[in-house]
Amino acid sequence: MIRALATFVFVALASLPARAIDIQQITSPGGTRAWLVEDHSIPFTALSLMFRGGASLDAPGKRGEMSLMTALLEEGSGQMDSVQYAEAVEGLGAQFRFDVGDDALTVSARMLTENRDQAADLLRQALAEPRFDPDAIERVRAQLQAAIRAEATDPNAIASKELARLAWGSHPYATSINGTPESVAALTRDDLIAAKDRILARDRIVVAAAGDITAQELGRLVDMILGELPQQGSAPLPGKAELQLTGGVTVIDWDSPQTVVSFAQPGLPMSDPDYFAAFVADHILGGGGFSSRLMDEIREKRGLTYGVGTGLANGVYGETWQGGMASANDRVAEAVGLIRQEWDRFAEGGVTDRELADAKTYLTGEYPLRFDGNGKIAGILAGMQLIGLPADYVNTRNGKIETVTAQDVQRVARRLLHSDQIRFVLVGRPEGVTAD
Amino acid sequence: MTILTRLAPLALVLAAAPALAYMPKGISNFTLNNGLEVVVIEDHRAPVVVQMLWYRIGSADEQPGKSGIAHYLEHLMFKGTDKLGPGELSRTVTANGGMDNAFTSYDFTTYFQRIASDRLPLVMEMEADRMANLKIGEDDWQAERQVVLEERSQRTDSDPGAQFSEERNAVQFYNHPYGRPVIGWRQEMERLTREDAIAWYDAHYAPNAAVLVIAGDVTADKVRELAQDHYGPVPPKPDAARKARPQEPIQRSPRRMERVDPRVAQPVMIRTAIAPERNRGDQQTAAALSVLADLLAGSSQTSVLARDLVLTGKALYVNAFYDGFAVDPTSFALSMVPAPGVSNAEAEAALDAALAKFLADGPDPAQLERVKTRLRAARIYAQDSAHGRAYDYGQGLATGLSIEDVNDWPDILAAVTPDDIRAAAQRVLDSKASVTGWLLPETLPDAPQPVSADATNPGKAE
Repeated sequence: MIRALATFVFVALASLPARAIDIQQITSPGGTRAWLVEDHSIPFTALSLMFRGGASLDAPGKRGEMSLMTALLEEGSGQMDSVQYAEAVEGLGAQFRFDVGDDALTVSARMLTENRDQAADLLRQALAEPRFDPDAIERVRAQLQAAIRAEATDPNAIASKELARLAWGSHPYATSINGTPESVAALTRDDLIAAKDRILARDRIVVAAAGDITAQELGRLVDMILGELPQQGSAPLPGKAELQLTGGVTVIDWDSPQTVVSFAQPGLPMSDPDYFAAFVADHILGGGGFSSRLMDEIREKRGLTYGVGTGLANGVYGETWQGGMASANDRVAEAVGLIRQEWDRFAEGGVTDRELADAKTYLTGEYPLRFDGNGKIAGILAGMQLIGLPADYVNTRNGKIETVTAQDVQRVARRLLHSDQIRFVLVGRPEGVTAD
Repeated sequence: MTILTRLAPLALVLAAAPALAYMPKGISNFTLNNGLEVVVIEDHRAPVVVQMLWYRIGSADEQPGKSGIAHYLEHLMFKGTDKLGPGELSRTVTANGGMDNAFTSYDFTTYFQRIASDRLPLVMEMEADRMANLKIGEDDWQAERQVVLEERSQRTDSDPGAQFSEERNAVQFYNHPYGRPVIGWRQEMERLTREDAIAWYDAHYAPNAAVLVIAGDVTADKVRELAQDHYGPVPPKPDAARKARPQEPIQRSPRRMERVDPRVAQPVMIRTAIAPERNRGDQQTAAALSVLADLLAGSSQTSVLARDLVLTGKALYVNAFYDGFAVDPTSFALSMVPAPGVSNAEAEAALDAALAKFLADGPDPAQLERVKTRLRAARIYAQDSAHGRAYDYGQGLATGLSIEDVNDWPDILAAVTPDDIRAAAQRVLDSKASVTGWLLPETLPDAPQPVSADATNPGKAE
């Protein structure tokens, strides 16, 4: 089943709890590693499995392949057709979600303690023995085609797709994971089986669990679910994406009272020594919601938008510094000008001590708030493994933010924030804007 | 960081504790002397707390001609008090590692913060301060009116589906203000003033018209002490209680609507019918309607409409929606996207046939059993989110339910019988009080024409 539109998805950066979180790193008897946070207060387990590569493993010319394949994992496996499979899962009160993004195929499961083994067996079956029945393929293909049609009439999707196209050249990041009407129409059952073999393999996987399960029980559960998968994916992982972005303005005509704006410029990888300085800078500039400079100048002072924000978009295969906004057609030019102005002011003037202190207390204080549920913890722990962070990152991350100085912020801002490098994509009927 | 001066404490007497009804583990409640109801949801797994203050006032309480004032005031509540400058509350929350926001609905207006649990006194102090001491500066109200107009442009006017929903609602309700959009009609929003906002605030913002929900890593005793310190001194207003609203007459004429818009990707049908809401001590019908929605479309593979319409190739998607948290009668909704190659009339006929069959046969016992199993599991999974439970209690108490009603809801759902479901289905699936709307693209994709990849960027000018 295709649930929703997916556009450019990147893995959110996990932050750190003040109250130490006890992450157990286990290796199952069968040799699969997993991270676990035990908490026996609620009788269920949240499990998050991520398979590296995601929709970026689509074969050339077969865009949409991973999206269609992923949506079919819950549509019949083993001896069960789609209805029988759903009846079995529902009969246990288990919940499985299968999603794919640019960087990973994600399985999120919630299983009651009382029937955990039975639920795990159904999950095993979905991953190891998907049927890809012809009637299910056609039904889900039609849903995927509908999602593609919906993207084509959604100004937000139009803007982000165009920005991705301009940014990422021939890398899969440049196009929608849902594919095109033609590419999806041409997908065969054999394509889906090949797609599965590329990604659903043990060398591709990260595993995290939280909840009512012990380390020993998790090891057994992981082997039960994943033991039948092949050792290796049948295609190499995607390569790095080369950013092709140039500064300027792209206008796409769209009949609406408002213009949707997506914008991006080069970012920096997490391995960059100034990554955390940039992370702090982004918070002050546009990432910090109501407290950010952009929100203050564009919304609070002038009422030009309902919301404007920025973020470091760090995917596994590439990164940008990007943002978004919507503003009335006759006022959007002013709002875009203010984004450029704030970009320059930041690069030239840096930040005040008060701004820096407030940003640090937010960024370090907000981190533990993320760990308030088994489902969230499992997702964060899997995401950390996907992007290569160690388990003790949860205890070191706040320190990295604390040590950022105003000079660090100024340095990284001078280095990276260049208003003439921002590419703005405007979807609407903007007045007084020249495309270049 | 700003630390507010403490408000002068007044002597406080707690109202008598409620009768010893069944209370789920970790849930407690009490009422301050000034009428503020407080619910505490304890969850000590992470050092996080959520404060939600629910005012029992919403857009359905607005006077004709002033639509949007409840939501506009919600925005202006961030413009400061005697002690806090414009935006300072949010900045203070953020600088303390928290997040805050607010939302407005037909029946309530809610302010919330999510923050480290040792900062609860700070956010309580600020929230209590703006319950009584809001200041709206001369410079702030006009820019903020532009912001809500931009919000309307973004949420509604840029989205034909949202515009259609607004118009369908207006047709569904002849007389009840649920027919007006929460955000307001644009031409009325454009004329809202600072004086309108202050009058709304003065009339409706008071402890005796609010429910405070605190969820997370905190004890009931601590909340009791903090709530007394901060909210206790705020005086009640004798006339703050919600007034009765105009009610719907009997509706005898099913209505049909159609809207064509080039920004629509594919046809979608939405049918709504007037449906009863959850009421204090009387939630059985609402529970049956909730189970009915689940039976009809709660599963993409096994539900009634999925089997009859999606698996048979008549529809791409079906959905059924019912939310019983409402002060007055609300609606039950069905939606459907026909499959390519199936005409709208054919799809609607298939839907009507599936509903008629369900009305005649009643629920399949095995399917009902699975839905009950899902509900029982959902009750366990729901404990994973203190924030989610805060919404449940807040919405319930803000729409007139007692805490016992909210506590009892899962048991009432579990006790729904096939006969209850048939009666509920009869009421909403074969109703004259209904509106059937079709939102259509300019050209029907019945015979899907190949679209080139570039067609997504028709007017790109670079």
